[in-house]
Amino acid sequence: MKLNAPVLEIDELLGDMSITIIVCTGAGGVGKTTTAAALALRAAEQGRDVCVLTIDPAKRLAQAMGLSVLDNTPRRVEGVCGPDGKGSLHAMMLDMKRTFDEVVEGNADPERAQAILENPFYQALSSSFAGTQEYMAMEKLGQLRAKADEDGSWDLIIVDTPPSRSALDFLDAPERLGSFLDGRFIRILTAPARGAGRGIGKIAAFSFGLFTSVLNKILGSQVLADVGSFVAAIDTTFGGFRERADATYTLLQAAGTSFVVIAAPERDALREAAFFVERLKTDSMPLAGLVLNRVQEGNELNLSAEQATASAERLEKLENLGAHERLTAALLRLHANRQRIYTRQLHLAERFTAAHPGVAATTVPALPEDVHDISGLREIGDLLAKRREP
Amino acid sequence: MWPGVALHVVSGKGGTGKTTVAAALALALAHQGKRTLLMEVEDRQGIAQLFDTPPLPYEERKIAVAPGGGEVWALAINAQEALLDYLDIFYNLRRAGSVLRRMGAIDFATTIAPGLRDVLLTGKACEVVRRIDKRAPNAYSAIVLDAPPTGRIARFLNVNSEVSGLAKVGPIRNHADLVMSVISSPRTAVHLVTLLEEMPVQETADGVAELRAAHLPVGGIFVNMTRQPMLTGEQLQEARSGTLPAEIIEQCLNEAGLGDSGGAIVSTLLREANEHALRVDLEARESERIVELGLPTFFLPLISEGIDLGGLYELANLLREAGVR
Repeated sequence: MKLNAPVLEIDELLGDMSITIIVCTGAGGVGKTTTAAALALRAAEQGRDVCVLTIDPAKRLAQAMGLSVLDNTPRRVEGVCGPDGKGSLHAMMLDMKRTFDEVVEGNADPERAQAILENPFYQALSSSFAGTQEYMAMEKLGQLRAKADEDGSWDLIIVDTPPSRSALDFLDAPERLGSFLDGRFIRILTAPARGAGRGIGKIAAFSFGLFTSVLNKILGSQVLADVGSFVAAIDTTFGGFRERADATYTLLQAAGTSFVVIAAPERDALREAAFFVERLKTDSMPLAGLVLNRVQEGNELNLSAEQATASAERLEKLENLGAHERLTAALLRLHANRQRIYTRQLHLAERFTAAHPGVAATTVPALPEDVHDISGLREIGDLLAKRREP
Repeated sequence: MWPGVALHVVSGKGGTGKTTVAAALALALAHQGKRTLLMEVEDRQGIAQLFDTPPLPYEERKIAVAPGGGEVWALAINAQEALLDYLDIFYNLRRAGSVLRRMGAIDFATTIAPGLRDVLLTGKACEVVRRIDKRAPNAYSAIVLDAPPTGRIARFLNVNSEVSGLAKVGPIRNHADLVMSVISSPRTAVHLVTLLEEMPVQETADGVAELRAAHLPVGGIFVNMTRQPMLTGEQLQEARSGTLPAEIIEQCLNEAGLGDSGGAIVSTLLREANEHALRVDLEARESERIVELGLPTFFLPLISEGIDLGGLYELANLLREAGVR
């Protein structure tokens, strides 16, 4: 599909040594994880030392990269290297609970860490809160980056983002969790424990009383007690959840980071992509461009849906209508159908490119089958970089 | 199909068109003068987009009429409003809302506290279901919930286990139990939307297994965007093996008034036929895997112009014809 947009030169992006983090983001179901993996493989085969952090890869894709164990550490993908033996690929799947546990264990003495890990509120928070995955993805990215700075294991980290309600959650959830854990609500909950409840004014006291009684009504006192002791435990050992989130957020704004927004030629996916592109602009985060996956190819022929349909009708009206005419008419109708899909997709894509004229883009055609192995990923890399015809 | 089901939960992998199917289902169920409620929970305003209406508020509103005098109403729920609603209904505490908001408690309850958000959202759906049981004047005949995607659906619905990690006793736990008594009962059916492609079908199979493991009632599978074979079996065979008669087709194109200089049209048509044959094969393979799940299955066609209101009615009619009542 030929878009009215500057071309997103994938090989230039991957070859740019000043870029050390690429974040792949977009709505659910658009092929984020596959794209991240294909970019990582391509970069490795061009000689970079790459680590790809995937969040929730499909089983087949994980197997394709040799990721049979989910152990939260990067594993080398065997047999992948660049032309002159340089370049390598590591891949990992995020284990959000384990990452959170490690943060706790790494920051508190064993006794306190144990208390936190056993707290029911912590257990619920670390394994189910929708934002925890985003927060931990950021955390892990920070760790991988720190390791790269320390021992040079990788010069490029490619991150896949969690399947959130909104792609923006990746940017917002860590801050939300961070500001909650450092915030006013928590101060209030833990105030009695610190003896800080004294001296508050009458109105505040009234609000506070109402507040706790309502919370007790909603949650029950046991939950509040758990939250309170959780917060007290983390507070005395390592405050600064928000600073942690802020630090990674800053990393995302730094010059070495680049975002690739992924979409499919569907209304919802492109709308999500548009939100994200606008957000990156607002937060001055560097956007490499848009990858439009699963497009229907068409229009090489200049034979429109209408023309093809009209010709099919003409054949079907022939008096001596035989098997061959029927076949040809069917082929023309098939073409007309494809053209209609192509036209609709092109129209949707053009709405995006018209609204965001500077955004570079590349397309990947809809492939009949899913990726099962490294060569399938390689093929997608070729298509992304437009080094191969569909 | 599904007599006695009051709550239809529609899930599916991202990009499979679950909002479209949910809307078509709500329309199909509203036939013959019935009134259905279509709910969404993810702040996406997908229903408004689909029906081409302004964004939906937290308020039930009529958005479409169904053949035979039926009506579809819609409601976009968000966790914050649902929490205030909950406080109002159960504790008569709506006015405490602003204090709670200022203190950060609303944020806590709706975005941070694990499981709470989900129990508030599913709780609202169950509240609407209970209206039916109470024969309230504003009761609907059925509710269709456009739910989170397959990967999160079991967790979203299984509020009991979500909340039990957090609260062993207490009011929120009681509320979760109440919600669970509706969701895991025969009053509910959880439907999954899929495409005839490998990954969505795999996720559907995984989703069914997960729902069953959580003792949640699985309803049907809606196979969306299926393509009708446009060639006969024999033609497909030849298209697959690349033996369609190029020269003869070229002659026919001439007859149709499409002079084909250099055979560009023929070669494109043959390539397209080959891809079509491969696609038909893939869909047949994936169909088999769906059928093996042994659930009521509905096939909906790909509408190549894209889904608009007309397309939605078309899908609803197909569902009616397939026995959805």
